[in-house]
Amino acid sequence: MNEMTPPKEERSAALKGLGSSRKRVEDARFTQGKGNYVDDIKLPGMLFGDFVRSPYPHARVKSINTEEAMKVPGVVAVLTAADLEPLGLHWMPTLAGDKQMVLADGKVLFQGQEVAFVVASDRYAAADAVELVEVEFEELPVLVDPFKAEIDGAPVLREDIADTLEGAHGPRRHPNHIFTWESGEKDATETVISEADVVAEEMVYYHRTHPCPLETCGSVASMDKVNGKLTLYGTFQAPHAVRTVASLISGIAEHNIRVISPDIGGGFGNKVGVYPGYVCSIVASIVTGKPVKWVEDRIENLTSTAFARDYWMQGKIAATKEGKITGLWCHTTADHGAFDACADPTKFPAGFMNICTGSYDIPTAYLCVDGIYTNKAPGGVAYRCSFRVTEAAYFIERMIEVLAMKLDMDAAELRRINFIKKDQFPYQSALGWEYDSGDYHTAWDKALDAVNYKALREEQAQQLADFKAGKTRKLMGIGLTHFTEIVGAGPVKNCDILGLGMFDSCEIRIHPTGSAIARLGTISQGQGHATTFAQILATEIGIPADDITLEEGDTDTAPYGLGTYGSRSTPVAGAATAMAGRKIRAKAQMIAAYLLEVHDDDVEWDIDRFVVKGAPERFKTMKEIAFASYNQAIPGVEPGLEAVSYYDPPNMTYPFGAYVCVLDIDVDTGVADIRSFYALDDCGTRINPMIIEGQVHGGLTEALAIAMGQEIAYDDQGNVKTGSLMDFFIPTMWETPNYTTDHTTTPSPHHPIGAKGVGESPNVGGVPCFSNAVHDAFRPFGLTQTHMPHDHWRIWKTANGLGLHD
Amino acid sequence: MSKMHIKMKVNGEEVETLAEPRELLIHVLRERLNITGPHIGCETSHCGACTIDMDGKSVKSCTVFAAQANGSDITTIEGLGNPDSLHILQEMFKEHHGLQCGFCTPGMITRAYRLLQENPNPTEEEVRFGMAGNLCRCTGYQNIVKSILAAAAEMNSSKEAAQ
Amino acid sequence: MIPAAFEYHRPESIDQAIQLVKDLGDEARVVAGGHSLIPMMKLRMTDIAHLVDLQAIGDLKGISVSDGTVSIGAMTTQHELITSSELNNSVPILTEAALQIADPQVRYMGTIGGNIANGDPGNDMPGLMQCLDATYVLTGPDGTREVAARDFYEAAYFTAREDDEILVSVKFAAPGGGYAYEKQKRKIGDYATAAAAVLIEKDGASCKSASIALTNLADTPIYCSNAVDALTGSNLDESAISAAVAAAVDASDPGEDNRGPIAFKKHAAGVVLRRAIERAIERA
Repeated sequence: MNEMTPPKEERSAALKGLGSSRKRVEDARFTQGKGNYVDDIKLPGMLFGDFVRSPYPHARVKSINTEEAMKVPGVVAVLTAADLEPLGLHWMPTLAGDKQMVLADGKVLFQGQEVAFVVASDRYAAADAVELVEVEFEELPVLVDPFKAEIDGAPVLREDIADTLEGAHGPRRHPNHIFTWESGEKDATETVISEADVVAEEMVYYHRTHPCPLETCGSVASMDKVNGKLTLYGTFQAPHAVRTVASLISGIAEHNIRVISPDIGGGFGNKVGVYPGYVCSIVASIVTGKPVKWVEDRIENLTSTAFARDYWMQGKIAATKEGKITGLWCHTTADHGAFDACADPTKFPAGFMNICTGSYDIPTAYLCVDGIYTNKAPGGVAYRCSFRVTEAAYFIERMIEVLAMKLDMDAAELRRINFIKKDQFPYQSALGWEYDSGDYHTAWDKALDAVNYKALREEQAQQLADFKAGKTRKLMGIGLTHFTEIVGAGPVKNCDILGLGMFDSCEIRIHPTGSAIARLGTISQGQGHATTFAQILATEIGIPADDITLEEGDTDTAPYGLGTYGSRSTPVAGAATAMAGRKIRAKAQMIAAYLLEVHDDDVEWDIDRFVVKGAPERFKTMKEIAFASYNQAIPGVEPGLEAVSYYDPPNMTYPFGAYVCVLDIDVDTGVADIRSFYALDDCGTRINPMIIEGQVHGGLTEALAIAMGQEIAYDDQGNVKTGSLMDFFIPTMWETPNYTTDHTTTPSPHHPIGAKGVGESPNVGGVPCFSNAVHDAFRPFGLTQTHMPHDHWRIWKTANGLGLHD
Repeated sequence: MSKMHIKMKVNGEEVETLAEPRELLIHVLRERLNITGPHIGCETSHCGACTIDMDGKSVKSCTVFAAQANGSDITTIEGLGNPDSLHILQEMFKEHHGLQCGFCTPGMITRAYRLLQENPNPTEEEVRFGMAGNLCRCTGYQNIVKSILAAAAEMNSSKEAAQ
Repeated sequence: MIPAAFEYHRPESIDQAIQLVKDLGDEARVVAGGHSLIPMMKLRMTDIAHLVDLQAIGDLKGISVSDGTVSIGAMTTQHELITSSELNNSVPILTEAALQIADPQVRYMGTIGGNIANGDPGNDMPGLMQCLDATYVLTGPDGTREVAARDFYEAAYFTAREDDEILVSVKFAAPGGGYAYEKQKRKIGDYATAAAAVLIEKDGASCKSASIALTNLADTPIYCSNAVDALTGSNLDESAISAAVAAAVDASDPGEDNRGPIAFKKHAAGVVLRRAIERAIERA
């Protein structure tokens, strides 16, 4: 090192690399109203599309008359299934191996289903014409309850496949049955349960809800008939997959399709799927030769695109008298709605629901999931979670609580004696997963200490005594959760969507002046990729994060990747970024050695430069190396400094966390006040603590919403009861508490930088934690299970049922 | 349907446009005037993404007709600051990670601007109550509250310094 | 959510407005803040050919308190009610209630007149006005008349206002004694699951006068005269309060919706009312 060289700490800090709470580069635009979301896109001559939708959940479409609608000034076309059929686009494939109507083909199967697509000069003319499309419906019997799908006389929903009892995931036993998916050892588990000291049994329902990002879904399709190219802008969490699917279903060659995900106003799983609106905007653009925009309104969003959950999980958990769990059994009835449009890897029709052994060393387990058609909207997306991981976490964390009651044990202690131990990792779960790393006991003890768990229990006991003495009408609940996620799908050997392996990618170009651009196959929806991936790279290649531009979402420029959902960006694309950075560094080493006139092995990496071993005053900074790569003829080395990495992860990552929620329940009004919430997350190596904390706050608030009020509810006739933000619960600032965040760090052993992903942990862990707190408040009165959402009337009903109003 | 001549002052400039009376103010701003900072989130006046400042009031522009807004004085996020001189709220939202996807941010900041005009020194509770017309799905609000309180403190200290 | 087309009118006086409404007949609707009407129009649940916007009529605005009588112009916004120091001093229950309506942005636009006149059982002002025994001043082609708030509401969205009449103002005597407006709702911006307005004046330990009304617990607001009778003249002891609560719950007739089933709402009504009575007594 010479006198001019700043100290290591200073150079390291200047990079704003891994571990730095770097401020977000995205924010300059967003805070000034200069985001560029899909509805901000305006192309010359652009038309606007709007749907005629079904008011009925199940009906035959007898006729569609578009005559009056076509007379509205500005209306250019009204598309129906009959118009799409010649193109083979009246149906489309779903991500789950099923198919879905783009426009009603003879019948409708859920309220809000797309029936016709009006294309007009602006959204006002389109809306006027929608009113004038005359559709003659003949109502059919409705199937709402999945448990009645296979009884005698149940209406057959999917007449198109009624005769094919072989589905995408094996045999179907009834026309309304989609699949049976099993994991684990059935007989062995049933034997363990039949012989166990203690068995707790419960039906755990995780209700139907919706990701409801603040920006709804939309697209702008622009077919340029002169050069045969289709440009498709849209709210796509997986732009490359959309390009491939668009090519496969439209017949347009893939190189003639450019998909662009502009800024996305929140996704949370809502924007993974392919929706009729996207297809109709493409067809309309082909038909009219003009760009066509489609943006759904909030009612359309809640009622037609991408519900989440709706799992009825019947569970049995077996244990010894001392509380050592010996077996877990689960049968899930999965209500998939009218089409199986779940966004799961192909081989996993119930996602990773078989992570349902959770954080516990359960030697024997069995899971069976039956998918069922009902007259509800399709979806089944991973709402801020990896595929069905929230359902799994909710199930096991409820079963643990129910078991604790049965054993008359403290639920914290029951968890502690059943945790997988640190020295058991990598841990092979009974349902087939290899947990990469974990240190659950440390996290748990830290969490319980932080909240002073013992004192909380004492306070709760006092409050209960006061309640019984008539001094208060409030019950205190302490919610505990220790969750383990499985994220970062995933290894190509077992994870694909529509045959596309779930790797991801990063391409880096270093510019002559030592700044860089990196492009990824993912797409940020608020996670701050432009900030954090630059940090990974800064640490890997010694160029300040501020000098690295990140670009995503344009399939013409970005390398192929499977997109952003299921907390896969950091585990997969983040790994690709590190690996591509290492390729850059490897080449930089050769250049540095050449410039320093030493052997490649005689230089070593030092934060932002290569130095000659033993002679720290001799070095070349990355800035110098970058310039040299463009202006020096180096024997055996190509000019330029670029790299690309396609990363196929060897395993998933397994983030975990320990959460504690304290709340007070007013048994008379059913109002639950959150007193405090402590969240300890272990997401492995932490890239940007500020962003991690923000992700945790946000995920916990979505969990609060889901646990305490948010639902997509249908009445007995199949009508949606919660179709606007008046009834679909999203808490405001006023209802939302402050959270305390904390962490431990257990790096992933197989990830290049040890990171695991965090965005979804707080939702996965938060929902059971809030729900457990509600249950815990009523535990002294014998409550084992009451279904979410825990809104005022349901809590009141629980209290009422327990005789607390007598 | 015949169009109306609409005149408004938007971000300090007199603007004129033709619009049907039924056109919603948010559409006039976004589509006719190319002011795309305010967003459309719920369309039923619950989310606040479309919040603008109209005649000194925080208003959800998805629930105002263009005709009603005729003659009004409007400020949107675009009018609060500029790249060379950001509004202190814009600075503080950046500083305290008060945004993620950015979709609610223009409405959030525009509402916070009016809140601080009326209550320059709010408590956390007053911020939470005064901002309850704006939904955010990403942040859990904690850092938004922090950003607004920081902006208030900053504005007050620069006011004191000026005195 | 795009409204159907309409013609727009912005009269500058009450007379002009009345004339417009008269000339245009059934096809016209007046709009105040619009935050109830516009969402309905966007959902195309109402058919309006002519929208008569009252915003430019200065005579419909303003707050006056003199000689114990409060008069509020129909176009006064909730925000103006909340920020009026005159009202805060003379009718604090009005401030307390207005703060629980919708959210800040909606309160800048929403008016007391709109909240009162459109007949939505979820609105908070009608119950409060019944509690205050307010009088509504209506002007039509045949002149001006007054209707008691307690006589105004006939059914959901049906009121004593004729189609060609405009609500001009509300007036009431500034109440003395204790007060409370208690509202249970799912979140900010929601209508009441149950809400109660209570006024109590004490004479020594006994209740000199009382007034009680409920919101969103039937298809109209409910002035609870039996509950009032139970309190008036009593010592405001537990048995009187219980009798009042029981009478009010008995008078309620809520429907089931996403806020809960009928049994819950009736229970919540009782809880909310009891809390309102207790708070009003404390303040009396």
